[in-house]
Amino acid sequence: MAKIKINQDKCKGCFLCMSFCPKGLIKKSVKLNKRGLNFVEFDSAGDCIGCMQCALICPDCCIEVYK
Amino acid sequence: MEKIFAHPEALYDLTTHYCPGCGHGIAHRLVAEVVDELGIREKTIGIAPVGCAVVAYDYWKFDCSEAAHGRALAVATAIKRVRPQNIVFTYQGDGDLAAIGTNETIHAANRGENLTVIFINNAVYGMTGGQMAPTTLLGQKTSTTINGRQREKHGYPLKISEILALLPGVCYVERVSFHSPQGVLRAKQAIKQGFKNQMDNLGFSLIEVLSPCPTYWGLSPKGSLDWIKDVMQKEFPLGRIK
Amino acid sequence: MVKKRILISGNEAIAEGAIQAGCNFYAGYPITPQNELIAYMAKYMPLSGGVFIQAESELAAINMVYGASAAGARAMTSSSSPGISLKQEGISYISGSQLPAVIVNIMRGGPGLGNIAPAQSDYFQATRGGGHGDYHLIVLAPASVQEAYDLTQTGFYLADKYRIAVMILGDGILGQMMEPLKLSVGKIKAPILKPWALTGCKGRKPNIVKSFFLREGDLEKFNLKLQKNYEIIRKKEARYEGLLLDDAKVILVAYGTMARIAKSALNKLRLAGKKVGLIRPISLWPFPEKAFQPINKKVKYLVVEMSYGQMVEDVRLAVNGYAQVDFLGRSGGGIPSEDEIITRVDKLI
Repeated sequence: MAKIKINQDKCKGCFLCMSFCPKGLIKKSVKLNKRGLNFVEFDSAGDCIGCMQCALICPDCCIEVYK
Repeated sequence: MEKIFAHPEALYDLTTHYCPGCGHGIAHRLVAEVVDELGIREKTIGIAPVGCAVVAYDYWKFDCSEAAHGRALAVATAIKRVRPQNIVFTYQGDGDLAAIGTNETIHAANRGENLTVIFINNAVYGMTGGQMAPTTLLGQKTSTTINGRQREKHGYPLKISEILALLPGVCYVERVSFHSPQGVLRAKQAIKQGFKNQMDNLGFSLIEVLSPCPTYWGLSPKGSLDWIKDVMQKEFPLGRIK
Repeated sequence: MVKKRILISGNEAIAEGAIQAGCNFYAGYPITPQNELIAYMAKYMPLSGGVFIQAESELAAINMVYGASAAGARAMTSSSSPGISLKQEGISYISGSQLPAVIVNIMRGGPGLGNIAPAQSDYFQATRGGGHGDYHLIVLAPASVQEAYDLTQTGFYLADKYRIAVMILGDGILGQMMEPLKLSVGKIKAPILKPWALTGCKGRKPNIVKSFFLREGDLEKFNLKLQKNYEIIRKKEARYEGLLLDDAKVILVAYGTMARIAKSALNKLRLAGKKVGLIRPISLWPFPEKAFQPINKKVKYLVVEMSYGQMVEDVRLAVNGYAQVDFLGRSGGGIPSEDEIITRVDKLI
């Protein structure tokens, strides 16, 4: 059981985390954040394994991982 | 639940000015994580380059200096000689380290200065608008090689790490890359090794990081990482060079 | 027994003065006619516990001075005209980062590779920038081996006091000649505390040494701060020597080695009954404008330089039109002689 927290206002919408999540739990948002960008959203109902790939690749340190 | 991945202490919690998908954000975080893990934040002095990361000192929570373009290793040499008890590192791009700063780079390495050098190689000059760098690949289009880099006019991509590895004063040279989270992890280990070498007074350590520049490569962030994996790594092979 | 008075060259006296002033970092590159200075530093800097580096270029050396100063050291470099040209970028950065430093220029003939004979052709370079931006160096011009030793020590003190780079401007004659020197053993001025220096951020917020202010308005604000500092220095640190000015009809103006020759000419002229005086600027920046206050509006100035006319512009500015300012100069290794000065004074009087 694991989950991530995304700082959506810091997110610049590079979507690298989305590319590397092995479970496909990160999706592009429809809304725009304070920066006027589409950001990423985490599917907390999914089976996150806490692999941390998203946090490792995020260039803006937006992701915290909990396990 | 336990927090297993957090924002490092040595990195200010700010939104950086870097482009979406830029490698600098990852590299800054790795340096901060290593500094935290080695417990050296209060001893560390970083030297920022001229390039997109010119304001790196706004993001790191330790003493930092600016340096004139290319001169970081001369500045670092002096700081370390005057204060050997501090951990001194430079963070430089391809122009800073291997074009204008080549002389300072080679001689600091040749003197075997006890320094850690993080070399961000993104094969282009980002800050000034995407011009050719010493490490630009043959055929790569940039704003000053509009038909692609040609060996007759522009020479070959410069393998500065391989050149420095020839020098006896250099104790550690490794090339890593940000093409994937695994790549990022390997990069962190290399950076940590570079700092540890300095703590053990082993001499000059250089970590070359193949880093994405989506803006001037004209690729998406994921496309950039793929380009590093599929193209750049063929010219700049990963691994420990020394 | 420690000798209190020794015979020594100007170059070595400057090095010794630096060490006595607590200089603990020297980086330099060989260039004639100041090689004795770097050689002296190579021997004595490590012995006094400091750091000596023969850098790969003058450019590297000035950037090493930047680093050492940023880390809180009393740092110095030395060179001669072409090498000082190489250092201009570093000097601009040092000035923009408000780092204390001492830079020695033992001038030689130019432009370009020139020759190794003495000259005073770097006055503009020293006082008008040389590097980019609105900055100033304090420029001190010794005229004897003793003064070179003393002013170097003063230089370190001023550099730390005002967080500014200080240039000691000599020439090939001053550097190479040997004169008796009285050592000021035990008069080392204690370095000032530097809370802004890079020493590791233990117990305080991190320090940043930089000259980059990108945000709207920040650089102007910073420049105004620099200008305020320069105003204070202008008021307090101008130095000159004035000789026989009260009744002078012609006043010679010369600095450094040229002033020694001018003094000889002055003596001969006075013995012949001519009313001649001398103003010898010791600080070239700030320029001692007060020395040119009109005592007697009928006076004529004769500026003598080993150049084609650089300091003469500052004299003209200071005189501001109330008197005639004439010029006699030779360069490229040529030195105006006593006789040439006397001949010209005779024409003016």
